[in-house]
Amino acid sequence: MDVKVLGPGCRNCTMLEQRTREALEELGLTAEIEKVSDPAAIVGYGVMSTPGLVVDDHLVVSGKVPTVRKLAELLAR
Amino acid sequence: MTVTQRRPTPTSRRLWVGLVVAAAGWALLYWLNEHVWDLAVFELAGLDPETRLGHAVHFFLYDTAKILLLIVGLIFAISMARASLPPDRIRDVITRRHAATGFLLAAAFGAITPFCSCSSVPLFIAFVAAGIPLGVTLTFLITSPLINQVGVVMLAGMVGWQVAVLYVATGMTMAIIAGVSLSRFDLQRWVDPMVREVAAPPPTGDDGKVALADRIEAARDETRDIVRTVWPYVLVGIAIGAGIHGWVPADFFAETGIADSPWSVPAATVAGIPLYANVAGVVPLVEAVHAKGLGLGTAMAFMMSVVALSLPALILLKRVMRLPLLAIFTAVVTVGIVAIGFLFDLIV
Repeated sequence: MDVKVLGPGCRNCTMLEQRTREALEELGLTAEIEKVSDPAAIVGYGVMSTPGLVVDDHLVVSGKVPTVRKLAELLAR
Repeated sequence: MTVTQRRPTPTSRRLWVGLVVAAAGWALLYWLNEHVWDLAVFELAGLDPETRLGHAVHFFLYDTAKILLLIVGLIFAISMARASLPPDRIRDVITRRHAATGFLLAAAFGAITPFCSCSSVPLFIAFVAAGIPLGVTLTFLITSPLINQVGVVMLAGMVGWQVAVLYVATGMTMAIIAGVSLSRFDLQRWVDPMVREVAAPPPTGDDGKVALADRIEAARDETRDIVRTVWPYVLVGIAIGAGIHGWVPADFFAETGIADSPWSVPAATVAGIPLYANVAGVVPLVEAVHAKGLGLGTAMAFMMSVVALSLPALILLKRVMRLPLLAIFTAVVTVGIVAIGFLFDLIV
C-alpha cells in the first residue's frame, strides 16, 4: 500500500500523519508514509485545502483531519 | 433538505429530533450560565462583587463559559450550512461567473470558509490554474483569514453584534476594493511561473447536495476540531482580559494619550503584522482595552492585522508570489485595515 500525506508541514498535516500511522498500526498494516509538501504536486492531486491523504493514488481525505477510527475505515478499503 | 420532495425517513426524523433536543439543551446551558455564576462566585465562594478579585473571577468564569457555548452552538450551525461548499466547489462557482460577480462571490466565500494559512498556497494555485483572475483570487485570500468565524462569533458575544456585522461588512468591502485595485495592474509577471504550469484539476461536477446525516457528522467533527484548537486561546485571552478589567485604571489610555493620538490606528496595525496569534485569544483583549477607553478602531485594527497578515503566512505565499507582488499585497491590506480602523472610530 502506498500512502501519501499532502501538506506543507503545518500542524494539521503532522496530526494527519500521526493519526494515519496509528490507524495503520491498528489495522496491522505496514506502509511507507510519504510526505508531499510541494504545492504544485499537492494541487495535482486535486487538493485545495490541506491536509490531504492519498492512498494508492486515490485521494481519500482533503481539507480535514479525520479521527483515527475514520482513517482506519478509509485505509481498510 | 426539502420535505416536500420525499417523506422524511425515520432516520432523518430521528436526526431532526436529535438536533432539536441538542438545541434545547444548549439554550438551557446558556440560560444557566447567565445565573449560575452570581450564585457560585458571590454566594458559595463568598467573594465580594465589589472587590477587584471578585469581579475578575466572575468575569472570567461567566465569559469563558458564554464564549465557549457560543462557539460550539454557532460554529456547529455554520458548519452544517456550509457542508455543501468545499473549496473546490467554490472555485467551480466563481470560475463560471463574470469578474464583477467574481469579486463579490470571492469575498462572500472567503468570509465563510475556515482558513488555515497552510492552505493558502494550494488554494492560490488551484484558483489561478482554473483561470480565476488574480484580483479575484487575492480578494478571496484577503477575506478568508480576515473574516474568521470564531472571531465574528466572539466579537458578537463580547463586544456586540453590531460591531460583528460592521466588521464583516467592512472587511468584505476592503477585500473587494483591494482585489479590484490590484487587478488594475499587470501583476501576472510576479506570479511564480510554476503556478501557470500546474494543470487545472477538473471541476468537481458536484451538485452540492449533502445528506442530513453527513452534514451533522461534518459539523460535529469540525466543531470538535475548532473547540479543541481554540479553547486554550479563549481561556488565556479572557484571563488577560479579566486582569485588564480588574487592575488597569479606567482612564489608562486617556491618561497616557494613546486614546487620542491620530497615530494609534496605524501604529496598532503595523505592530500586528509580524505577530501571529489565534483570533480567539485576541478578541478578549480587544474587548478589555476598549472597555478601558481605547478607541475601538485601534483595537480592531490590531486584531485584523494580527489575524490577516502574519509572517508565517507571508513566507508560505512567497512560494507562489514574487516579492513585489507580496509587498504590494501586504501594503494594500495594511492600508485597508488602517482605513477600517478609522471608520470604526468614526462610526462607533
